[in-house]
Amino acid sequence: MTTLTTPLEKQRTGAAAGPRPRRRAADGRRASGRPSVAWAVPGLLFFGLFAVVPMGLAVYLSFTSWDGLTSPTPVGLDNWTRLFGDPEFLQAARLSALLTVVSWLFQTPVALLLGVWAAGRQRNRAVLSAVFFLPLLLSTTAISVLFHALLDPNFGVVKEIGPWFGIDPNILGTSTGALLTVAFVGGWQFMPFHTLIYQGGMRQIPQVLYQAAAIDGAGPLRQFFSITLPQLKNTVTTSSVLMIVGSLTYFDTVLIMTKGGPGTDTTIVPYLMYRVGFQSYDLGYASAVATALVVVATGLSLLMVRFSGFGAMRSTREGM
Amino acid sequence: MAAVLAGCGSGGGDAAGGGGTLTAYVYGDDAVKVQQAAVETFNKTSDVKVKLVSVPGAEYVNKLRTAMGSPNAPDIFFNWGGGSIKPYVDAGQLVDLTSAFASDPVLKDGFLSPVVTAGSLDGKVYGVPMRGMQPVILFYNKSLFAENGLQPPKTWDDLTEAVTVFKAKKITPFALGGTDAWTQLMWLEYLLDRIGGADVFRKIQNGDSSAWGDPAVLRAATMAKQLVDDGAFGKNFTSVSYSNGGAPALFAQGKAAMHLMGSWEYSTQLGKAPDFAAKDLGWTAFPTVTGGTGDAGNVVGNPTNYWSVNARTKHKDAALAFLKHMASQDYTKALVANGDIPTTADAGETLASSPNPGFAAFQYEMVQRAPDFTLSWDQALEADQATPMLTEINKLFAGRSTPEQFVAALKALT
Repeated sequence: MTTLTTPLEKQRTGAAAGPRPRRRAADGRRASGRPSVAWAVPGLLFFGLFAVVPMGLAVYLSFTSWDGLTSPTPVGLDNWTRLFGDPEFLQAARLSALLTVVSWLFQTPVALLLGVWAAGRQRNRAVLSAVFFLPLLLSTTAISVLFHALLDPNFGVVKEIGPWFGIDPNILGTSTGALLTVAFVGGWQFMPFHTLIYQGGMRQIPQVLYQAAAIDGAGPLRQFFSITLPQLKNTVTTSSVLMIVGSLTYFDTVLIMTKGGPGTDTTIVPYLMYRVGFQSYDLGYASAVATALVVVATGLSLLMVRFSGFGAMRSTREGM
Repeated sequence: MAAVLAGCGSGGGDAAGGGGTLTAYVYGDDAVKVQQAAVETFNKTSDVKVKLVSVPGAEYVNKLRTAMGSPNAPDIFFNWGGGSIKPYVDAGQLVDLTSAFASDPVLKDGFLSPVVTAGSLDGKVYGVPMRGMQPVILFYNKSLFAENGLQPPKTWDDLTEAVTVFKAKKITPFALGGTDAWTQLMWLEYLLDRIGGADVFRKIQNGDSSAWGDPAVLRAATMAKQLVDDGAFGKNFTSVSYSNGGAPALFAQGKAAMHLMGSWEYSTQLGKAPDFAAKDLGWTAFPTVTGGTGDAGNVVGNPTNYWSVNARTKHKDAALAFLKHMASQDYTKALVANGDIPTTADAGETLASSPNPGFAAFQYEMVQRAPDFTLSWDQALEADQATPMLTEINKLFAGRSTPEQFVAALKALT
């Protein structure tokens, strides 16, 4: 593993071995330069109180029947057996998976290209990047209300412009249209965020690589595929994990624009959870749905991190 | 400034004289000012002060549910009667007002009896009517009907004829906000009532979900589906929403000829399209259906809203005294001035001062003469049945299920 020593580790070993008497004298306990565990206490406390404890409660509730008023009654595995045989849940899971795939396919290429472009130096790029960033500053609710108004089949923009492109204004009233709209609106809002991540990643790539490639006669396309993309590998993983977990938890867009309809054609898992929990007050079953969602989302992110080699924190700049 | 501060202090409720505070949760919309005035009047003479908590509409049900499960529950709270209070009744959290109604002339004779009954559960009264009545009414565009030589439909045949005529003129016969399932629910409520009478749903409400298998339910669903297939709601109603004003605008602009909606459609139109409301807005009862056994005078909708009393309250007598105030002339007048039609027995006399006496009288008589007033199904049933029912209705109208599948899915709700 010594061959994999990163530049960062080299620096650290160097720092520890080097003669730094004054600093050691001042703070002997942190001689290694590592922050003590105490720094993590506030974070751990908050995480435990507002994430782990509620999650534990949800897991507990998933084994009970609870209407929110009286005390929860334990029902064993009832909610879980119901979950795996519930056609509505299976449909919701399918729709969530579909939405996630569509969102990823839609957002990643655009965000990647925009990010690479935004990492340039020209002045107009800085201004345009700031403009692109605007959707992220708006609340999801405001965005959903806005798109809902634009897509109104009788009074929205889609009624005026749609026919030019042969689009039936009844977009939100069809199953494909409604799901694609949800994916699009979510993408429209969060793409700037991913663009920003890619922009940051892009700026970390040493210019010498491009200079060397240019000397070897590589054109912009070749540079993109041979330098930019491989160098952005970890960035793609980070962005994709966030994107996928984000798509799995889409909720407000659906609540405001389609209410899970037409029929149940956009009832994705989080919306189903809301409907079962806060409209039917079947909080035990809703907890099972929520727990299943947490398990799937965590599993997916762990898998992605593992298979992309991101977890090992291997540098993309080995051998430099 | 000092006076203002002093005022705030006494509003806190810890007034001297052995008083206390009653917390009352109310649905926060335009009508709150009427309740606020009632509270102020009541607090002037009472040792126990009422503190009104206005909860924004969309949050009301969830907030109430959470509060009722906690030690900070309200003493009095606004509700829709029926299934909306069933979980609280089952948990023993509500005061049974039946004997209070029987023994107190103010409560007993103060309100229209179908309204009190509609909010009851298993024959027991848990609520005192406190807002206007909200029957579902068939609204229509008077100019469009006149231009096409039509009369407002009295029978189902009239209605289908009007559908044909308006379709030929490229006018959507009915505005429908199909994103919201409850707008579609209104059609099934009236159709079932006209076809099978009020008893079919009464059985369902009393816990017999096999009554969904009554042939009248299938016929109502089939007729609703037929309307959808005939284009009575236009081609894009599944992406039209009521709550963002899509459906009312369609109606107000003359692009749709009729709108089946709760009585609040009048004030909605008055606010958003005052010219239309003044000149073209007409209203009539839901038509009769040939071969149907239901009384043509029956009404569906929300009879009114109710105050219920939490069984854990420390000031039950004061709470009752406040609720009796809902039957008073002052309160009735304040409701009328706000455009609401009160459900008090003597409200008829005050309707002349309503912003639209004609509409007010129509509504009041419609409810007063109704042999039956069916509470909206989604309020009459408990949430764990009402929510899946609304989903099934949405699927039926969106063409995702057949009337037969619809009936089968509802029968499976237990």
